[in-house]
Amino acid sequence: MAVDIKIVEEAKRPLSMNPRKFGLWLFMATVVMLFGAWTSAYIVKRGDMGWSEIILPDLFWVNTGVILISSGTMVWAVRAARRDVAEQLKIAVGITTVLGIAFLIGQLLAFDQMVALHEHFTGGPVSHSFVYVLSGAHGLHVISGVIVLVIALVAALRGRIHRGNMDTLEMCATYWHFLGVLWLYLFVFLLLNK
Amino acid sequence: MATTDIHIHQDVHHHGDGHDHDHDHEHHGGNFWTTYIFSEDHKIIGKQFLITGIFWALLGGSLSVIFRLQLGFPDMNLEWLKPILGGWITPEGKLDPEFYLALVTMHGTIMVFFVLTAGLSGTFSNFLIPLQIGARDMASGFMNMLSYWFFFASSVLMFISLFLETGPAAGGWTVYPPLSALPQAIKGSGLGMTLWLVAMALFIVSSLLGSINYISTVINMRTRGMSFTRLPLTIWAFFFTAIIGILSFPVLFAAALLLIFDRSFGTSFYLSDIYIGGEALAHDGGSPVLFQHLFWFLGHPEVYIVLLPALGISSEIIATNSRKPIFGYKAMIGSMLFIAILSFIVWAHHMFVTGMNPFLGSIFMLLTLIIAVPSAVKIFNYVTTLWKGNIVFTPGMLFSIGLVSFFLTGGITGIFLGNSAIDIQLHDTYFVVAHFHLVMGSASFFGMLAGIYHWFPKMFGRMMNERLGQIHFWITFIGVYMVFFPMHYIGIAGFPRRYYSWTNFETFSGFADLNMLVSLAAILTLAAQFIFLFNFFYSIWRGRLAPANPWNANTLEWTTPRNPGHGNWPGEIPAVYRWPYDYSKPGAKDDFIPQTIPFSETPESNLPHETELIKLESTSGDDIIIQGGKLEGNH
Ligand code: HEM
Ligand SMILES: [Cu+2]
Repeated sequence: MAVDIKIVEEAKRPLSMNPRKFGLWLFMATVVMLFGAWTSAYIVKRGDMGWSEIILPDLFWVNTGVILISSGTMVWAVRAARRDVAEQLKIAVGITTVLGIAFLIGQLLAFDQMVALHEHFTGGPVSHSFVYVLSGAHGLHVISGVIVLVIALVAALRGRIHRGNMDTLEMCATYWHFLGVLWLYLFVFLLLNK
Repeated sequence: MATTDIHIHQDVHHHGDGHDHDHDHEHHGGNFWTTYIFSEDHKIIGKQFLITGIFWALLGGSLSVIFRLQLGFPDMNLEWLKPILGGWITPEGKLDPEFYLALVTMHGTIMVFFVLTAGLSGTFSNFLIPLQIGARDMASGFMNMLSYWFFFASSVLMFISLFLETGPAAGGWTVYPPLSALPQAIKGSGLGMTLWLVAMALFIVSSLLGSINYISTVINMRTRGMSFTRLPLTIWAFFFTAIIGILSFPVLFAAALLLIFDRSFGTSFYLSDIYIGGEALAHDGGSPVLFQHLFWFLGHPEVYIVLLPALGISSEIIATNSRKPIFGYKAMIGSMLFIAILSFIVWAHHMFVTGMNPFLGSIFMLLTLIIAVPSAVKIFNYVTTLWKGNIVFTPGMLFSIGLVSFFLTGGITGIFLGNSAIDIQLHDTYFVVAHFHLVMGSASFFGMLAGIYHWFPKMFGRMMNERLGQIHFWITFIGVYMVFFPMHYIGIAGFPRRYYSWTNFETFSGFADLNMLVSLAAILTLAAQFIFLFNFFYSIWRGRLAPANPWNANTLEWTTPRNPGHGNWPGEIPAVYRWPYDYSKPGAKDDFIPQTIPFSETPESNLPHETELIKLESTSGDDIIIQGGKLEGNH
């Protein structure tokens, strides 16, 4: 009788994360670099001669409040899903979506306020153009965020989000908080560097 | 007499880990469209990038020969190019001066972005990452497919721009405003520039999709045992490249978007105080230097996006064909990391003469010169790997050694340029052209060719002809030096780059012969590439069938079948037990030990700490794996 058994050492499984969530973080890194470039450009330009100060529309304050509250309702949504309270989840995601849309409308109205203040995208000083570029590009990202929210909302309504299936909602929440923080950064940045 | 086969796979031990990439993919038939065109298979996507890259390389190379004709033979009658260039040849048989600038611009754009970024990273990151880390495919096959098709759309737009009546973009590959912003300044800044910007925006999207995928795959999809310190250097290089891409390409996007606003919407980010025909333009308050800052914040990292994959490829090939472990594996990773970090804080060395504060200039000079340190570490490591190696001169190896040579020659001139005082003389001369063509252009191009020769057997299941490869190497290698070495002298003498002709300046007439030599060498070098093209396409269909592991290499891709299908390994993905550079290990039976061989099977060659590793793991009971064992008995 011959026994011929190969005994080999264990090959450890390397650590790994959910590739989709990880991809989202990488995407957010690209967005950070995008806005990082613009705000750096803003600072460089502001150091030049002939900078003309900007007046920020009052609505920016209101909109900042709206997007911060929406982050709060997003937290509520995630908690509800973790506890498997479907009703609360639907309401919370719904409110967040509505607040997201409200933010977008608010930003458009803020542009109107800026025009009323004679701050135009083109034709005026560069400082004004910058405000439009920063808030406009942020707005475009918020549109993508709202689309993600709608996807999450539909999933929630169909009962596909629950304790065992949190990925969609968690990714949605990460992105949404990110967009909120990004706006907060831009707003404070503009306030400090008029 | 009975024979019992016991097959206990590692699966059993890892039950419940639930990693979807471990499930066997069945081989879907798929039709022509889903298999070859809208494929989500990383190998096909890699080949799509490769073929598109080769197309662009040929086009970009041909453009350069056209403008070299002008520079080398200013009196030549170019009437015969009329069938191709049409109105761009003047009635006197000369190249249109504005079209000369367009040629230079498109040559640079095509080579830097479409060939050496998309063609190089796109091909090899896609093809090699899953194969070398032991994954079935990329983290997201769909995003990967999108990445190619964004690149394709971008290519189509850039290609169309070549045929516009006003010509393609002509403001240099760096598209500095105001030249690139005002169609009144040059014809190419009209529709050609618009298409350039849109194409580049698509290109950036493609590149970001690719990079996100590469990083995500390298981190999350490695096979069992593939720890970071067992990754081949190719993967490390692609990984750093992708990180640099993610951090720098968005900045180019930011710069391009502002340029678009300036051009098409009337903002003044980059424009100020411009008078045309005595009339001031409405644009006021902008700064063209701002564009340079934004551009070079991408631009400098971009040169490493181009170079790092080539360095990774050559590390792998040089170790394999020297039959020696790579010297300083960790130092190689460390220097790539250091280069990647430094590449973000040296951009202003392209702007020493923009009137920047001399003190700031000194800081950027210091940072720039520090790059020489990790670069030198890499060169030394290549040389020490080759040292006393059992060198096999495959075409891939030759091109890798060529890369090291160019990286050295071109890197040294970088140290000249990095001195802000010397750069006042050398900036925007042919010295700069010589520098970056050697260190970036030729080195990366050689890396790409080395990679093609080396992995061709895995890509197409056949071998390329070695003899033709060697001929291709020698002509190209000598040709490249003949093209770019003389440019150093021309540059030190003060020849500015991007000039259509110097016949107006008596001082410069002394270099007419040298310029002629350069042009002839350029034609020769381009011609030699047709040897490669023939070899490449002929071998795809008619080459000798490739053995499973033609170079006796250690990495995982050589454990796949000759033509790996979707999912790469027909059975289970192999596990990895060692680093990829166990070549000529003292005591070992063969001069290579693939990564899939456990230490417990090579007691004769294990180092003390490796034997330690087996003991440690086999004492803890359930870590012992019984692999494909065989029990025999006579009952
Ligand atoms: C020792 C390392 C290096 C140093 C100190 C260095 C320094 C410089 C400097 C100072 C310039 C600006 C010259 C001028 O415009 O007046 C320059 C240009 C350039 N370098 Fe390097 N370099 C180094 C390595 C590299 C490498 C490794 C690459 C690419 C892989 C590269 C690619 C380029 C390119 C593409 C340009 C010219 C861009 C243009 O104006 O069109 N350099 N280098
Ligand atoms: Cu640089």
